[in-house]
Amino acid sequence: MKRIALIGMPNAGKSTLFNRMSGGSAKVANWPGVTVDLLSSKLLLDGGMVEIVDLPGIYDLHGFSDDEQVVRHFLANNTVDLVLIVVNASQIDRQLSLTLQLKSLNMPAVILLNMADEAKKSGISIDTEKISVELGYSTLLLSAKYGQGYSEAYNAIEATLRTSKARPARALEQDFAVDKAMETELDNLVKHSVDFPAQIGSTMTEKIDSVALHPVFGLPLFFGFMFVIFQAVYTIGGPLQEGMAWLFETFRDLALVPLLSGLPALLNGFLIGGVFDGLATVASFVPIVIVFFLFMAFVEDSGYLSRAAFLMDSLMSRMGLDGRSFVMLLMGFGCNVPALMGTRTMRSRGLRLLTMLVIPFSLCSARLQVFVFMTTALFSPQHAPIVLFSLYIMTFVVVILTALLFKGHFNSQEPFALELPPYRLPTYRQMLFRGWHEVAVFIKRATKFITVGVVMVWVLTNMPYGVEPASASSWSGIIGEFMSPVLSPAGINPELTIALIFGFVAKEIVIGALAVIYGLEGSALMTGIAEQIDWVQAYSFMLFTLIYTPCLSTIATIRTEAKSGWFTTVSLVWPLTLAWVVSAGFYQAARFLGY
Amino acid sequence: MKIIQRLSEMQVGQTATIQAFHVDTAFKYRLNGLGLRVGKTLEVIRHAPFDGPYQLRIGSTELMLRKRDAHMIEVLM
Repeated sequence: MKRIALIGMPNAGKSTLFNRMSGGSAKVANWPGVTVDLLSSKLLLDGGMVEIVDLPGIYDLHGFSDDEQVVRHFLANNTVDLVLIVVNASQIDRQLSLTLQLKSLNMPAVILLNMADEAKKSGISIDTEKISVELGYSTLLLSAKYGQGYSEAYNAIEATLRTSKARPARALEQDFAVDKAMETELDNLVKHSVDFPAQIGSTMTEKIDSVALHPVFGLPLFFGFMFVIFQAVYTIGGPLQEGMAWLFETFRDLALVPLLSGLPALLNGFLIGGVFDGLATVASFVPIVIVFFLFMAFVEDSGYLSRAAFLMDSLMSRMGLDGRSFVMLLMGFGCNVPALMGTRTMRSRGLRLLTMLVIPFSLCSARLQVFVFMTTALFSPQHAPIVLFSLYIMTFVVVILTALLFKGHFNSQEPFALELPPYRLPTYRQMLFRGWHEVAVFIKRATKFITVGVVMVWVLTNMPYGVEPASASSWSGIIGEFMSPVLSPAGINPELTIALIFGFVAKEIVIGALAVIYGLEGSALMTGIAEQIDWVQAYSFMLFTLIYTPCLSTIATIRTEAKSGWFTTVSLVWPLTLAWVVSAGFYQAARFLGY
Repeated sequence: MKIIQRLSEMQVGQTATIQAFHVDTAFKYRLNGLGLRVGKTLEVIRHAPFDGPYQLRIGSTELMLRKRDAHMIEVLM
């Protein structure tokens, strides 16, 4: 099968193009360096199947950071029939340098000048004929985002694929350095084929930046903006969650209970009180997660994240981190795993490890479900969103604390330069893709360990046979009692202890586990929990959930990314210790003050 | 009169031409990729608060650079 590789600088739109061509949903954001793994897909081209690979964006083929190594490694070990060089048309003056490097490797290629819509808007006109002739590569304008110029691009790709000779897998030659001659060639090429207006840069972006990056108001504005978003997620997602919970409850009472009434009591209890209640409770939170990710997609695609890096870099540098670390923390609000992989753009190991140590404190969407559940159950509708926001603040508090404590061990002098892309709006299509992607991820996780998790919780709470479910003599009761000397100082009772133990696997299991342990679902579950614990215990439990050892996937990612057993151990033990200290400290202090 | 100085000494709104880089090879390639090359003209758009990074424009690209790293670039004003 023939193989096509997408190569280009960070934020040139490779992933958007890849999604268009493959119908896939690779993660896209207006942030340089989103793709860190290889994504590949099969495509019907010219009557045959072709493999297409989306490579991480690189500035230069020399490759010093881990993501650049990925590209070098790929080209050294795979035969490539065609390279699609994706260039941001507005930045053609510098981005063609990568094309020149690829040309010196005799790579068969087609140049795609992407974001043609943006370039046209800023008054840049490009003579693609001239570039084609000068470089010997077919050169075409297109807009991956809005889907213009595709048929011409496909024609050129098919034609080139038919005639060009593949570059066999072999190590990259070291002599393609950006020497003076190549720089001159680039300048001449751009001078003869591109017409830039006198004033480059979008005035819209400049106007927004003058507010967003204001020396005094920039930072308060950023945090205000975050607060509004989390409020909106809560306000829109809350009722959707209640609606879903009601639907599941009705289905259970009207259909499931009568249908399964003929089964033996134990099996009946297992299917309804175990599998259904557990999964339905977790599933009812999916709408909140989708709403959250729609907002997240908007922020990521807007280009505001780079501005956050700009505003926060100075404060982060005092903690031994940089602006990128801050943005990875924000991405971690979605899911910690891609945020951890995003640290590959960092070259200094110290900086990278310190960032990886703090990312798991980021209140991810799975933990958000637990907190929405607990705050709704234990706090008034007026207080709940504020309590939720206080947990986001806690993320930053423990990040700062951890970074200051550990920065001496993870030293870094890495220089830091980052592109500030123009502001952009995501298309509806991109937002829908993103929302759908999250549902797909949830279904995948639900069918795997969430189901296994709730089944195991059911077994623990209902065994040995004949025991009162979740009572002190059940297995879960025994484990809870055993752990109680450790966790009761934090106000965490045996029921919550079992939920925490399973939360180690995935945070979504926590609410599923609570449903199974209490044998309740939906609003009844919230009432049931509110009767058992007070708000001090609930908040202590949430603090513990926020800080303690992240899920299994996060630990696995830390292990593969850091390639160090020692570091993995630290990132297991430290959060666990800190979680206990913070929760117990909070609980004891609150009780001492008479709450 | 033209003077050679460090990029870190430039004020907001000033433009200058890049003269030399005193950075390691890896970072030089990164800067080259972002469009910073000897002979190119750049403009300082703003400084971030708390002694933070500089926002620069070079050709069609805007980027941020820490003051410490800006100090390693010589410019002609």
